[in-house]
Amino acid sequence: MKKIIVVGGGPAGMQAALSLVAEGLKPVIVERSGALGGKLRDWHNLFPSMTPAHEVLEGMTKQMENAGVEVMLHTEVEGLTDGGVLLMEGKKLEGEAVIVASGFDIFDARLKEEYGYHIYDNVFTTVDVERMLNKGEVALHDGSAPHGIAFVHCVGSRDEKVNQKHCSKVCCITGVKQAMEMRQLFPDAEIYNFYMDIRMFGPGYEELYQSAQQDFGVNFIRGRVSEASPTIDGRLQIKAEDTLVGRPLKMTVDMLVLIVGMKASSSNEKYALPLSSSGFLTPRDLFSGAVSSDLPNVFYAGTATAPKTIGESICEGSMAAEKVSEYLKSRK
Amino acid sequence: MSAIEWGYSVLPARTMDLDRNDLGPVREMLEEMPQFGACIACGGCTATCTAGNLTSFNFRRVHTLVRRGEYTGAWAEMNKCMLCGKCRLVCPRGINTRGVVRLIKRKLGDY
Repeated sequence: MKKIIVVGGGPAGMQAALSLVAEGLKPVIVERSGALGGKLRDWHNLFPSMTPAHEVLEGMTKQMENAGVEVMLHTEVEGLTDGGVLLMEGKKLEGEAVIVASGFDIFDARLKEEYGYHIYDNVFTTVDVERMLNKGEVALHDGSAPHGIAFVHCVGSRDEKVNQKHCSKVCCITGVKQAMEMRQLFPDAEIYNFYMDIRMFGPGYEELYQSAQQDFGVNFIRGRVSEASPTIDGRLQIKAEDTLVGRPLKMTVDMLVLIVGMKASSSNEKYALPLSSSGFLTPRDLFSGAVSSDLPNVFYAGTATAPKTIGESICEGSMAAEKVSEYLKSRK
Repeated sequence: MSAIEWGYSVLPARTMDLDRNDLGPVREMLEEMPQFGACIACGGCTATCTAGNLTSFNFRRVHTLVRRGEYTGAWAEMNKCMLCGKCRLVCPRGINTRGVVRLIKRKLGDY
């Protein structure tokens, strides 16, 4: 029996492999890094239920071990071939179908120079905060506790200046979640979220937002932060318009958290398949063809095609496996 | 015989009446410069505005009023702009904000 190649071992790829096994097929996961799990390995608690990320990850990896899924780590896919994929150093891997589940890149916040990431000490990204939460060491650069924290929404999303026109979808709820986590860690801190729109599309998200406002005392200000600059005492001054009041506003904080968006994976170009204006792979359509590509034997799952939640990515992993099975049956 | 002074006067309505407002000029402006319609009201322009820091000038508010056909005072307000262009640097929708200022001044000089 020929193999089904799954590119990427994050949540979508792992679920695709598990569902392929359930369909009686033989998947092989090709993973660039040295471990399965993708970016899930860096996350702390998952919105909106605050489920520990490691619980989800361990549940899936345990199933993978039980199912005996073949995994090739430290292996990068360079492109598609007639009967499979091209690997590094000109090696080929044969497969009857390919599921591209290669995920997304994190937006590089240094590109928004006006926010001072990697210029000022106490500017962090939401990814940094997840890592700090996992280590149990959320603090300023000098190890002290912040008294004023500001979150900036839409950093690297909805922004033509960095060629990221799309909405990254999951950052709004991530900002709300992390603001609540900051409140738990620093009960006396002032916490502000600067937003353009708050997009609470998922089940329980709007409820979390309301709870952040009324139970966690998080302040939401409708305006995009235009710049951050250092003060003489080493804090950070930020400027925005409070658009609901219609007046410019400035405030000084100890910690600035940039809520970074999803960037299309730079590996998407390797497949020579259609890309959206933001660089995501374009599925055949957004309805019943959401995991199908323009090629009959190539399928998509997860954030290779657009920003998605972990739950949505896992769903697509299953759906892609089912479509592979349908495709193989249709050939017989 | 003079009219009785009741101590009351009639205020003009504060409601923006889109049925009565003359939307012709703003339609012309949008036709000439479609990106004028792409604003998501984030306020980045006003936050960074050199003129708005010291005066009541609020670019986002004034151009939004123009979009609704509320032209009174728009030309005079736009004269506060020094065309420094910082707003254009921060606009996430890539709108030529200085162009919007010039467009409004050119089209609404009579209001």
